[in-house]
Amino acid sequence: MATTTMTMAKALNDGLRRAMEKNKKVLLMGEDIGKLGGVFRITDGLQKDFGEDRVIDAPLAESAIVGTAVGLAIRGYRTVCEIQFDGFVYPAFDQIVSQVAKLHKRTDGVYLMGLVIRLPFQGGIGAIEHHSESPEAYFAQTAGLRVVSCSTPNDAYWMIQQSIEHDDPIVFCEPKSRYWEKGEVDLDAAPHGLFDAVIRREGSDVTMITYGSMVKTALRAAETAADEGVSIEVIDARSLAPLDLAPMATSLEKTGRLVVVQEAPHMASIGSEIVAELTQRCFYSLRAPGLRVSGYHVPYPPTRIEEEYRPSVDRVLDAVDRVMEFGS
Amino acid sequence: MIDEELVQLLTPEGQRIASADYESSLSGDEIFGFYRDMAIVRRICNEATSLQRQGQLALWAPVLGQEAAQIGCGRALEPSDFTFPSYREHGVAWCRGVPPEDMLRIFRAVTNGGWDPQRYRHNVPTVVLGNQALHAVGYAMGVQRDGAEEAVMTFFGDGASSQGDVLESFVWASSFNAPIVFFCQNNQWAISEPSSLQTKIPLYHRAQGFGFPGVRVDGNDVLAVYEVTKRALDHARAGAGPTLIEAFTYRMGAHTTSDDPTRYRIDAEVEIWKHRDPIERVKSLLVHEFKVKAVAFDEVTREADAIALKLREDVLAMDRPDPLSMFDHAYAAPHPLVEEGRREMIELGVFGGSH
Repeated sequence: MATTTMTMAKALNDGLRRAMEKNKKVLLMGEDIGKLGGVFRITDGLQKDFGEDRVIDAPLAESAIVGTAVGLAIRGYRTVCEIQFDGFVYPAFDQIVSQVAKLHKRTDGVYLMGLVIRLPFQGGIGAIEHHSESPEAYFAQTAGLRVVSCSTPNDAYWMIQQSIEHDDPIVFCEPKSRYWEKGEVDLDAAPHGLFDAVIRREGSDVTMITYGSMVKTALRAAETAADEGVSIEVIDARSLAPLDLAPMATSLEKTGRLVVVQEAPHMASIGSEIVAELTQRCFYSLRAPGLRVSGYHVPYPPTRIEEEYRPSVDRVLDAVDRVMEFGS
Repeated sequence: MIDEELVQLLTPEGQRIASADYESSLSGDEIFGFYRDMAIVRRICNEATSLQRQGQLALWAPVLGQEAAQIGCGRALEPSDFTFPSYREHGVAWCRGVPPEDMLRIFRAVTNGGWDPQRYRHNVPTVVLGNQALHAVGYAMGVQRDGAEEAVMTFFGDGASSQGDVLESFVWASSFNAPIVFFCQNNQWAISEPSSLQTKIPLYHRAQGFGFPGVRVDGNDVLAVYEVTKRALDHARAGAGPTLIEAFTYRMGAHTTSDDPTRYRIDAEVEIWKHRDPIERVKSLLVHEFKVKAVAFDEVTREADAIALKLREDVLAMDRPDPLSMFDHAYAAPHPLVEEGRREMIELGVFGGSH
């Protein structure tokens, strides 16, 4: 097994490179992705190696980045759109919801909308407004789209390639606060299917489900809880739409206690859906109501106070205490 | 309609008029062919309006008055070109070979599309205004990358010219020198809003600000529309970039069958445009210059009636789709929620077909 250590940013870069080498129809399009390599350097060096026709510096119009990718898909190209920041995706929302999500259906399957919309999302980098949002639920609610999120370099490397190969449109959520963290990448084989949830740490008392930036927070909470004798099973959802509910349900049937952790506010969120679905599936195994630890229902705050907004290890452990104490 | 900006080769009375930049290359047979196209499309449109009034269609968007704009540009296309319509391009669809009954499927509310867009190289209708302009530019960028000698044409109206997507598509087409023709039918009315609300300058002048040529053509003059479009398409195929064509025309009917234009425009205006009818002026030319006999026009009327009758029969035979079909093609790959819905509907005992 050939493994190497790299950051998530580099893993995405290598994954994109490999996808472009494998399939000449794969294009990249986004703002500043050429010479600059993107504001996060995810596409660093790719324009130099693949040319301006395949790594396209886009004029500054997000609706056009996605809208022209639709036309390219009709022509048989696979475009990976880079939206520079989560909070800049909304000008493209119309194209994503009205066209990307629906054209396969509208043409009775004639058009394949195989395109990927890369979305650096979530907070934790001390940015100004519109650079730290978690818009995943908007897309998860739209039939016709799929939404995935990576949390490790290995997943980033493989999931971006799997997303490009997939025939449905995919909103690919990248936890920008984890771009610079290193991890092992297996260059030979994908560790999991694109839509599989993965157990990151086994445990027996509480099932903790999360994704993106919060996987690390959940693992740290599990570490701390273990010192206090509470065993937490941490599941990385990875696929937010559709959810891979079977392994989540298996875990919850074992533990009887559920905590979901996300940066997004909990109203009509991925976490809400997980709690609702698992309550239905595991009702008689539950020892406590499922809890969501989330961002608050306020616009993302100025980032000097963002760590009071984002779920912290303490807030996660508080929820663990509440499910552990329930009924006792 | 004296307007020095307007490219015109045929007056409303059907007399040829010289243009500094364009000359008609069409034979009498070809012009008669355009007459036939326009007469048939108008007959299809009127049949569809009747079908809607009789409760057989949910809605219809009449093309009445815009036949020359659509046949002129539609016949200028090569089969290998690709077109991205809005929802009123029935004349263009006719030129692309889309069967009339397929045009009506979406209005019978039995599909959200209607035909195989790759087969006719004509996209299914786009209802959200202006979205298709970006698809067309993206497609044209693909044509460029393939090194193909094909042009792309997209359609929108004076109303949609205010949409961000249309203006963004101008930026992209210009920056990437895309092989595309933007065909704007300025039919003067966006439901109840006059085109003066969308623009304070002639629409085709906008092209200049984006760095490519714009031309205004008499949209009721099929000879002029054909020549202007043909040149713009050749220009695109030759790698010379985009063109904006503003076909200056008039929506003689309502926006759709749900609209009541008497609430916002006066009869006198409609009367003026009746005298500019796109079909009558070609007929006049054919009679006077090419000595086409009444029997030939009668034959077209009979053919159009037969097409309309078949259309009526085809529409009435369109059953509601099997409800289970809503789960087909929602995704390309299997999806658990879609399968869950399908299972539930089967368990509920819902069956499809003609109920």
